[in-house]
Amino acid sequence: MRKFKEFVIEKLILICGIASIFFVILIFLFLLKEGLSVFGTVSPFNFLFGKSWYPISEPPQLGILPLILGSLLVTLGAAIISIPIGVGCAVYIAEVAPGRIKEILKSGIELLAAIPSVVLGFIGMVTLVPLVKNIFHLPTGLTALSGSIMLAFMAMPTIVSIAEDALYSVPKTYKEGALALGATHWQTIWRVILPAASSGILAAIMLGIGRVIGETMAVMMITGNAAVMPNSILAPVRTLTATIAAEMGEAVVGSEHYFALFAVGIVLFVISFIVNVTADLFLHKKQ
Amino acid sequence: MVTFDIKNLNIWFESTQALKEVTMEVLPHEILSVIGPSNSGKTTFLRMLNRMNDLNSNLKMSGEVKFEKEDIMKIDVELLRRKIGMVFALPLPLPLSIFDNVAYGVRMHGLAGKTRMAEKVEEALKQGYLWDEVKDRLTESAFKLSGGQQQRLCISRTLAVEPEVILFDEPCSGLDPISTAKVEDAMVKLKEKYTIVLVTNNVKQAARVGDRTAFFLSGELIELDKTDKIFTAPKDKRTDGYIRGKFG
Repeated sequence: MRKFKEFVIEKLILICGIASIFFVILIFLFLLKEGLSVFGTVSPFNFLFGKSWYPISEPPQLGILPLILGSLLVTLGAAIISIPIGVGCAVYIAEVAPGRIKEILKSGIELLAAIPSVVLGFIGMVTLVPLVKNIFHLPTGLTALSGSIMLAFMAMPTIVSIAEDALYSVPKTYKEGALALGATHWQTIWRVILPAASSGILAAIMLGIGRVIGETMAVMMITGNAAVMPNSILAPVRTLTATIAAEMGEAVVGSEHYFALFAVGIVLFVISFIVNVTADLFLHKKQ
Repeated sequence: MVTFDIKNLNIWFESTQALKEVTMEVLPHEILSVIGPSNSGKTTFLRMLNRMNDLNSNLKMSGEVKFEKEDIMKIDVELLRRKIGMVFALPLPLPLSIFDNVAYGVRMHGLAGKTRMAEKVEEALKQGYLWDEVKDRLTESAFKLSGGQQQRLCISRTLAVEPEVILFDEPCSGLDPISTAKVEDAMVKLKEKYTIVLVTNNVKQAARVGDRTAFFLSGELIELDKTDKIFTAPKDKRTDGYIRGKFG
């Protein structure tokens, strides 16, 4: 009887384990099935590198290069803002901050992670967008830059908490060794602790970027949603994610537009996958 | 001139007292062995000398430690640590090449330019009695060395920044007897140029290399005398008991 119980429990756990993989595979297959049909009307090359996205014109023009560039531009901007601040914050928390401030900062970061993205987007819309508009004297503040700044806030909690873990796990002996040679605190951080934690910090950055690429709601609200080739960070752009979210409702099921949106999903999936695998590689290199 | 002059040194970690009224001197060019069971305060004592204890914010001290007549709390801490090198229990090479491990501190303190660096590294490795074993493989990772070689690399690294005193914190606790013998040889030769304070759990090691030996128990300095005397005619019963292996 006991053995039977063990057997049942073991198999149940096995099913739970397989389920997650199974669903991922199902989702991927569904994406492929729906998305690949678009290549009957447009070649993969023209799809990826076509410069105009007019899905409901006749005939539809399905080039997603402006969307890819929009996503990249916003992500790059967010990375440039969030990486130095995030890593700096992690170094401060792990190495410099005294006990109480450390606790306050850590809970602050957790709180930042807990704010729903639509709320952040909303706040960005009423505060950041007018600010960007006034500072740069633009016709509209709904720009890639606004999106980058907002997304930097979302990437930061991921970067800070994972980078901080990486810094903590540097053996204390490295630090003592450097200090015993007469290194200052900063020299120790810069030449010993940061290099030793570098793979973990890179993983933190990749995961932060992964979060930015996949983010939809906030970017849709504040980047302006113009599906044109972006010519500057101060112009409105549209990202891959926002395109799907904005157009899926109005696309006719089974139309080329509908399939094209699924194909956009595949592109997004592949990009996120690459980013996550890279992060994983860095994390495992650490161990 | 005495190297360290310690008067009424007390150290507390939160509410437990790690050192009690320690008063003693460390003389130039001697090897002073510090022995005692675990929790006797000997490592705390050693880490006081180059202020590594500063890293622990729960620690309070009273009393006075003078390094060459100057209060160590008034000396710039980086300069103090450069003059008073430290070798740890576990060899801890940095994740760099053999050459860069030694050059690391030299570069940091700007003690040699690029042209003098190779000379400087060679000199330090010779002083650490490691040169002959590594001279053909300086660019290899330091982790490829054996435990004993890594420990001598750490000694070389410490020597490269031109200290006056070297503190050893149980430097052979992770080493086999042959490697231990090599490290001990290096220590005995080093005392011509440097003052050495050696904390060890190995009573026989203290007997082999120490000029003088200090015995700590529960944070108190029980006895400090010539090594021969400590091991043949100790004044205190507890010292006798410890070196005979009755406790500890």
